[in-house]
Amino acid sequence: MAPVTFLEAIKQAMFEEMERDPAVVLLGEDVGVYGGAFKTSEGLLERFGWERVIDTPISESAIIGAACGMSYLGLRPIAEMQFIDFIVCAFNQITNFVAKGHYLWGAPAPMVIRGPSGGGVRGGPFHSANPEMYFVHTPGLKIIYPSTPYDAKGLLKAAVRDNNPVLFFEHKFLYRRIKEELPAEEYTVPIGKAVVRRPGKHLTILSYAAMMHTSLEAAENLAKEGIEAEVIDLRTLLPLDEETILQSVKKTNRVLVVHEDTKTGGIAGEIAAILCEKAFGDLDGPVLRVTGLDTPVPYAPTLEDAFLPSAQKVFAAARELARY
Amino acid sequence: MKIELTRQQHLDLYYYMRLNRAVEDTMGKLFRQNKIVGGLYASLGQEAISVGTAYALEKKDWLAPMIRNIGALLTKGVPPRDIFTQHMAKYTSPTFGKDGTSHFGDLENLHIVSPISMLGDLIPVMAGVALAGRYLGQKIVAMTWIGDGGSSTGVFHEGLNFAASQKAPFVLILENNQWAYSTPVRKQVPLADLADRAKAYGIASYIVDGNDVAAVYSTAKEAVERARAGEGPILIEAKTMRMRGHAQHDPAEYVPPEMFEYWKKRDPIARHEKFLLDEKLLDAKGKAEIEKKIETLLEKDREFAENSPLPPPELAAEGVYCEGCHAPKPKWERPIAEVTPPRCSVEAVWQVEGFGRGKDVGLATTPLHFEAAPAAKPAKAAAKRPARKPAKAAAKGKRR
Ligand SMILES: Cc1ncc(C[n+]2csc(CCOP(=O)(O)OP(=O)(O)O)c2C)c(N)n1
Ligand SMILES: [Mg+2]
Repeated sequence: MAPVTFLEAIKQAMFEEMERDPAVVLLGEDVGVYGGAFKTSEGLLERFGWERVIDTPISESAIIGAACGMSYLGLRPIAEMQFIDFIVCAFNQITNFVAKGHYLWGAPAPMVIRGPSGGGVRGGPFHSANPEMYFVHTPGLKIIYPSTPYDAKGLLKAAVRDNNPVLFFEHKFLYRRIKEELPAEEYTVPIGKAVVRRPGKHLTILSYAAMMHTSLEAAENLAKEGIEAEVIDLRTLLPLDEETILQSVKKTNRVLVVHEDTKTGGIAGEIAAILCEKAFGDLDGPVLRVTGLDTPVPYAPTLEDAFLPSAQKVFAAARELARY
Repeated sequence: MKIELTRQQHLDLYYYMRLNRAVEDTMGKLFRQNKIVGGLYASLGQEAISVGTAYALEKKDWLAPMIRNIGALLTKGVPPRDIFTQHMAKYTSPTFGKDGTSHFGDLENLHIVSPISMLGDLIPVMAGVALAGRYLGQKIVAMTWIGDGGSSTGVFHEGLNFAASQKAPFVLILENNQWAYSTPVRKQVPLADLADRAKAYGIASYIVDGNDVAAVYSTAKEAVERARAGEGPILIEAKTMRMRGHAQHDPAEYVPPEMFEYWKKRDPIARHEKFLLDEKLLDAKGKAEIEKKIETLLEKDREFAENSPLPPPELAAEGVYCEGCHAPKPKWERPIAEVTPPRCSVEAVWQVEGFGRGKDVGLATTPLHFEAAPAAKPAKAAAKRPARKPAKAAAKGKRR
């Protein structure tokens, strides 16, 4: 089997789930005739028809609200945000309606909200967002942010089958820049499980999405200097796989968190707090962070590159940490 | 269309309005005894709307109440004890004390979606319920309510426009009680009739006297059946008056007293009762029987609620996720084959030759947002055929 892109993996996941279960429907802006702004739903309308692939008006609250209503009748809607930046237009629907339903009145909302996120593609301040933390702060949601085509496919399929509302972030920098061979047979990837991408013993780098690859690049360079970094892909941000993190820290005693999201209120801070609470004795040095700047994502290539974490920045921080 | 009501229907409407008012009277007493947790909202004077509209629904239909729609819940079959326990935050309430007021639902039997406090949010949700019902072949109608104030939220517009664009079997009742908290309707909306909002979405609308329960019912019934028949969403403006403050704490001093006096004479229950007595559909004995029935029922349910415990503190940490406690399953009432390939498949008559759609399976070259343009294809391939296929082929994949 030929290797496939991240985009193709997303498409395969939706195609297979819709094929498997007629309760699965897709709705969003330009998802039907056009196949989605990033072509992740190309061909789905032809295959599944107008009732299951629904082009909507430009109304994010209505898309999320309607998907929630559909889920109450046992459907499993996938709601696409054309760019994940626009998810905040539906912030209230997601955080107050969708997320709280099961806790408050026992109404599960088996729905997926997905869309292209992240920077590095010169999309500017309104097409490059990483809004995951607005939602990690919301009990009731599950939040996935994969870094490989294999995971993207397996986790999206798991998200569709989950009885809870799942936010699924697709880093658009990865859409066509990485390829991977996928198994011919059906598979899912469990939600809530991190994975060790590269074993190491001197320090742990925790990351996800596009920064996963940046971290791996830095780890290669660190290895040349004799520093063996263990690189962990968080994959799911909520619920967070504390066990895998804590296990790694026991071994390496040093932690660096790398994410593209801005620094203040990013998940690195949360992880640092968890480590203080649960692994203080295991730590030989401070928990360090390499993250996006605390600014909007700027437009000019020089500015965006300055905003984004890079393999060099990760390398430098890791080397500093290794000295402890 | 004039819908003639049977005697039984008239009596049912009367019963549920009386029940609605008696439940709220009881809660008023409980409130004064400090037994209600949080605020208490009254629908005094608006009972005909909650009851008349919900009475137009069938058992299989779905509704989602707002806080002043206790009457709709009772009419749909919710027992008064659920209303009492909810307001008293008891462990025996439908939400086990996790939420109050009319904030509870029942997906399995009564088909009720719980509201949240944010006004308007139910509108797209109920549009989704309506669409799912249609998709599953259930022939249901979804109904919810909104106030004159709530009709200015963004999500009211998004939801109703979306429902209209999908021709969803959805009925929205706009309860114009002339006040949103302290703000009169003329300061909120530059329209004489809020029903005119429907024009913006190209949907049908009605205006009805919200204090005439038979009129409310027959209007709602007609709207529900039109929506069920596939005519799309319908907006009903029911004109009425909020006869109390926004909630128990609010003496509503900003309302001109003449206004209360005017509307007091139009009380929906007194009005319907006079009609029933005049038409000899009800006599003093029948009336006393109804009153006795309600009194007994409420006495029992109030006692149950008062004697119920508050939830145990451990419950606070439970239930954020569904961890196998529910098994959401659609109830199909049409052949699944209709919505699975090959029957649901459509021909892509919208394809533009040379655009790459459908051919570029690896998605390696399709032009994408923020990506460098792929190498241009030879121009003559695109020129050879017309961009769209002839009309004959188009018929198969026709849009709804
Ligand atoms: C989106 C939103 N903003 C503000 C509020 C606070 N609030 C609750 S009820 C209310 C007035 C509502 O007026 P209306 O919609 O006319 O309903 P009524 O109280 O008259 O039944 C306000 C401002 C709210 N619940 N939701
Ligand atoms: Mg009002």
